[in-house]
Amino acid sequence: MNEKAPDLDHVDITYVAKLARIELSVVETERFQTDLDAVLAYIHQLNELDLGGVEPMSHPTPRKNVLREDVVSRGADREEMIRNAPATIQGLVRVPQMMEEL
Amino acid sequence: MSELALKGIQELRGLLESGACSSREIIESVYARIQEVDPKINAYLKVDVESALLEADAADSRRSVGEKGPLLGIPVAIKDLLNVKGQSCSCASKILEGYISPYDAGCVAKLREAGAIPFGRVNMDEFAMGASTERSAYGITRNPWNLDHVPGGSSGGSAAAVAADEAIVSLGSDTGGSVRQPASFCGCVGLKPSYGRVSRFGLTAFASSLDQVGVLSKSVADAADTLGVVAGHDSRDTTSDRAAVPDYGKSLDGSMKGTKIGIAEEFFGVGVNPEVAERVRDAIDFCVSLGAELVSVSFPHLKYAVSVYYILAPAEASANLSRFDGIRYGNRVEAEDPVTLMCKTREAHFGDEVKRRILLGTYVLSSGYYDAYYVKALKARALIKQDFDKVFEKCDVLMSPVAPTTAYRIGAELDDPLALYLGDICTIPSNLAGGCGLSVPCGFSDAGLPIGLQILGPAFAEERILRAGFAYEQSAGFQSQRTSLFNV
Repeated sequence: MNEKAPDLDHVDITYVAKLARIELSVVETERFQTDLDAVLAYIHQLNELDLGGVEPMSHPTPRKNVLREDVVSRGADREEMIRNAPATIQGLVRVPQMMEEL
Repeated sequence: MSELALKGIQELRGLLESGACSSREIIESVYARIQEVDPKINAYLKVDVESALLEADAADSRRSVGEKGPLLGIPVAIKDLLNVKGQSCSCASKILEGYISPYDAGCVAKLREAGAIPFGRVNMDEFAMGASTERSAYGITRNPWNLDHVPGGSSGGSAAAVAADEAIVSLGSDTGGSVRQPASFCGCVGLKPSYGRVSRFGLTAFASSLDQVGVLSKSVADAADTLGVVAGHDSRDTTSDRAAVPDYGKSLDGSMKGTKIGIAEEFFGVGVNPEVAERVRDAIDFCVSLGAELVSVSFPHLKYAVSVYYILAPAEASANLSRFDGIRYGNRVEAEDPVTLMCKTREAHFGDEVKRRILLGTYVLSSGYYDAYYVKALKARALIKQDFDKVFEKCDVLMSPVAPTTAYRIGAELDDPLALYLGDICTIPSNLAGGCGLSVPCGFSDAGLPIGLQILGPAFAEERILRAGFAYEQSAGFQSQRTSLFNV
């Protein structure tokens, strides 16, 4: 995808917004560009650290798989869950057409 | 209005047990207080007094047949990101406008079992992203000590409601300081339990490896009682711990004797305002006069905490908030195809700070940048955890300021995200390491704004920080000082 080396100083806001599924306005694109470049300039201080041999810590309390007994239990009520959907049809969530008609 | 709303859990429990008041009367008093002061504070987004009164009657019946309990019949204000079945839960965002929770959060279920009453939805920064409650999509909340100042955040509604006596106690959440900092700004007690101590089920996820449900209260004893009720294992949150829940009240013996207090100078050198530093140092000296022992420790990686946090928290947030896509719940902007629908919905209904953090998180996780930012931050996080491990080999608790400043003026920090992020430097490390922390009022600035003392402990050492906080509070006496803006 990216042939060139990643640019660690500037966020490609347009590309990132596309990944994040947010349609930014022109004004927002400019503002977030300035804001995020400033934040990146600050967090580059991490480059001062010698992190050789340090294990990444993704979680405060490392856990192996947490399993439960495989027993049937009552899940959420379907009617109640679907009540929050912005558009429904026949008890299902309605969305715009995704596939072309054959 | 009766004076019941002005009291804390300890005093109300005595009145309830002796029959001097009912839970219904407490709800009525709190509701009257809300009507009186909330037009000025705006701590509450929604209050359903009718259903609360019914629940109060149920609590009163439970008591009449002999049931007792620390929170039986006590109303608890709920931060707007915790699900309470049948109530709205907007996370102070337009994207969840009109959302009604189909279930109770784990901590809310525990409140109900104990006979406490979830009463009112309190304001916050949208999705808990902010430190002033100015980023709510439903209006700002004001600081009860000075209405021109912010209450802090993101649990600003919780803190302001407790400080203005329009709540007895409140549940908030703390991802990088969001319980402790508003407690410091509003002059109340804020408790962030250890990661895994309270179930996160039904807490709308911001950063799953950092989020923890916390308590804002009028006293340390109230925080201890509330934690005792909401803590404990929940099979619906695999990170919630199976460790037995101690009787936290028992650890409050009023003594500081034998406590080794660690002081790391780094926590006073990160842009901490001289007035704040002075009050906090005075508080620590006061603890020594009560029999504690001072130990000098160091925290060499503190200055990296903000960088680590503002990589990891947005990264986790960008994944967690992908569920708000306009498909299954909340507001939707209709479009020709599903992807455009999502892009337009998220553009229209997320606020600025939420977009900023989603973009930052998406960037640091994107192809080519993952190792340069995300993995590097995870490694630096391990160094911060190691700093804590070394500190707690030498002392029982670490004391520091909660925030570098007192509550700032409304609007002061809105334009500079980095300045805002740097305000979290004293609170973030505890979230990164998974420990526990407490904010206790320790005085006022010359301008009359509250200042908090932070007491940090290792994971599952809540008894230690509560014991120290209680002993300090009982002798220092700041918990009895209430804002004079709304004298009754």
